[in-house]
Amino acid sequence: MSANYEDRPRGGGGYEGDDDGDRRSMGGRGGRRIHRRRVCRFCIDKVDLIDFKDVRLLQNYLPERGKILPRRISGNCATHQRMLAEAIKRARNIALLPYTTD
Amino acid sequence: MDTKRQYEVVFIVDPTADDEVARLTDNFKQVVTDQGGVVTKAETMGKRQLAYEILHQKEGTFVLLEIEGSGREIAELERRMRVNDRVLRYLTVRVDEDRRRADKLKERRTRKAAKRPAAVAAAAAPRRPAAMDFTDRNGE
Repeated sequence: MSANYEDRPRGGGGYEGDDDGDRRSMGGRGGRRIHRRRVCRFCIDKVDLIDFKDVRLLQNYLPERGKILPRRISGNCATHQRMLAEAIKRARNIALLPYTTD
Repeated sequence: MDTKRQYEVVFIVDPTADDEVARLTDNFKQVVTDQGGVVTKAETMGKRQLAYEILHQKEGTFVLLEIEGSGREIAELERRMRVNDRVLRYLTVRVDEDRRRADKLKERRTRKAAKRPAAVAAAAAPRRPAAMDFTDRNGE
């Protein structure tokens, strides 16, 4: 566990300080906010490549409406969110995922 | 420019032309090899539901080709697919650059892990108790 924590900021490009600041500011804002652990799952799993054919994985980041789940909800790091968005857009083009769902 | 590029091509075949999938795939493979490319992988992903209708079709057979070449064969292949009525949709993605980047990251990670095998645990463990000591002193 501690090894994972050590590796995470390096993988994402030094986010350690950034993350801490966010958590503190969230706590200071009235404290009404639900404290959600902001961790990038892809960083923990050490994913280097997100495949657009992996529909199961991508679907986790598409709520009912079919929009891409924003970073502030999923907690992904910028690098992985970019990769994820790219993969979802590719999957949409080839009709593996919907553009919209009503 | 003479370095080989790698591509992934996915195309969707009309479900009413199911028996033609194999023939069509072979046909496209031939096009690629004729243009000097190499097909490293050809895989039928099977018939599956489309996320939205394309030309009034609700499902289609997905075929994946992995191609290595200069890029010229991709141009020809895409032209053929565009003309072919059986192909509902195609998508070409250049993958060599992303894969190379992923390999580099992986290599860097293994090197880093090898460099400090015990140091990680030693550095991570005392950090938190030390921080707690600090706050205690502040409180008193």
